[in-house]
Amino acid sequence: MSEEQIKNLEKQFEERILRDEKIEPKDWMPEKYRQTHIRQMSQHAHSEVVGMLPEGNWITRAPSLRRKVALLAKIQDEAGHGLYLYSACETLGVSRNELYDQLHSGKAKYSSIFNYPTVTWADMGAIGWLVDGAAIINQVPLCNTSYGPYARAMIRVCKEESFHQRQGYEIMMKLANGTPEQKELAQDALNRWWWPSLMMLGPTDAESVHTEQSMKWKLKRKSNDDLRQQFIDQTVPQAELIGLTIPDPDLKWNEENKSYDFGDINWDEFWQVVKGHGPCNKERMKARVGAWEEGEWVRDAAMAYAEKKQERKQKQAV
Amino acid sequence: MSKKHWPLWEIFVRSKNGLEHRHFGSLHAADAEMALENARDVYTRRNEGVSIWVVESKNITASNPEHNGELFEPAQDKVYRHPTFYDLPDEVKHM
Repeated sequence: MSEEQIKNLEKQFEERILRDEKIEPKDWMPEKYRQTHIRQMSQHAHSEVVGMLPEGNWITRAPSLRRKVALLAKIQDEAGHGLYLYSACETLGVSRNELYDQLHSGKAKYSSIFNYPTVTWADMGAIGWLVDGAAIINQVPLCNTSYGPYARAMIRVCKEESFHQRQGYEIMMKLANGTPEQKELAQDALNRWWWPSLMMLGPTDAESVHTEQSMKWKLKRKSNDDLRQQFIDQTVPQAELIGLTIPDPDLKWNEENKSYDFGDINWDEFWQVVKGHGPCNKERMKARVGAWEEGEWVRDAAMAYAEKKQERKQKQAV
Repeated sequence: MSKKHWPLWEIFVRSKNGLEHRHFGSLHAADAEMALENARDVYTRRNEGVSIWVVESKNITASNPEHNGELFEPAQDKVYRHPTFYDLPDEVKHM
């Protein structure tokens, strides 16, 4: 194809997106569109998969059967969300194994929030309430993104995510209304998860490198700073309702903007964690790679069994 | 050892009797039986279905969007295939 033909195709492509048409796997697309989507969708899938690890820590120690079944169901959903997203990503011509390799070799990133430890049961509450809350704010606009398979996967993810946040808030509520020690656990979890949750919505608009192009492709509908503000404005009253204090002395209602002003975020910490120096980066990757490698014989055995069954069937047919 | 990876399967789910099977997504499995079992866990955790079909992805032949012109445009100028093409007096009811 000549350069002019490609320019022409690109123009038609941008116009289709502008008209809110969806792009489907076999449609022509600019190489950059494909690459950007593979990057974002696989990061998203990796985050779901790694996100199971901090919560897995508490399954056997959940305080009641009710909490245990809910936590198990939530973690199973996360595995499911990872699988929806991987399969959507594969429609762009990348294989599942390439995607796993990118995660396991450290080439691909996942959400930095999962590199923080879960040290008490209250962390299960804080993760559901704050981390899933922030994720929902990020994900709802993606239900309208331009790439069809991604949008369809996101619709399913968002439908399921709301239970995650509600079960988390319920845990926090129960602890906050419990004994002084239980309330302290809840407050301590909020103290530790609040700032990482704000960081989770991404670097400030001034520092965000992908925003403009992503807005055009509807991979992003609102800027990181807008999403963060939305998260803060909706979460602060929820904390007040259960008598917990947001760990930010500069947090103040701004009557003029009808939203909260908040203190400075420690972006050095964010970049340290992204670069691999968070409290649990190594532990998470070790668990993930370990699960993959130790499961290899199971995958091979299943494949060998399937082939044997197939052969037997063919012999009988003769 | 063989390095054969589990193939990709396309999953179709009937959400309730009376409706058709609809494409839900895909997943990897060693064989059709495992694809069915995995599809149940991945796509029907909340009563989304009463029946599942699995088809190995490589067995699907898809039309090429680049040929959409010759495939689908000929239907566009055949207005006589639609009931509104025919002028009938108002007195004729229910037709």
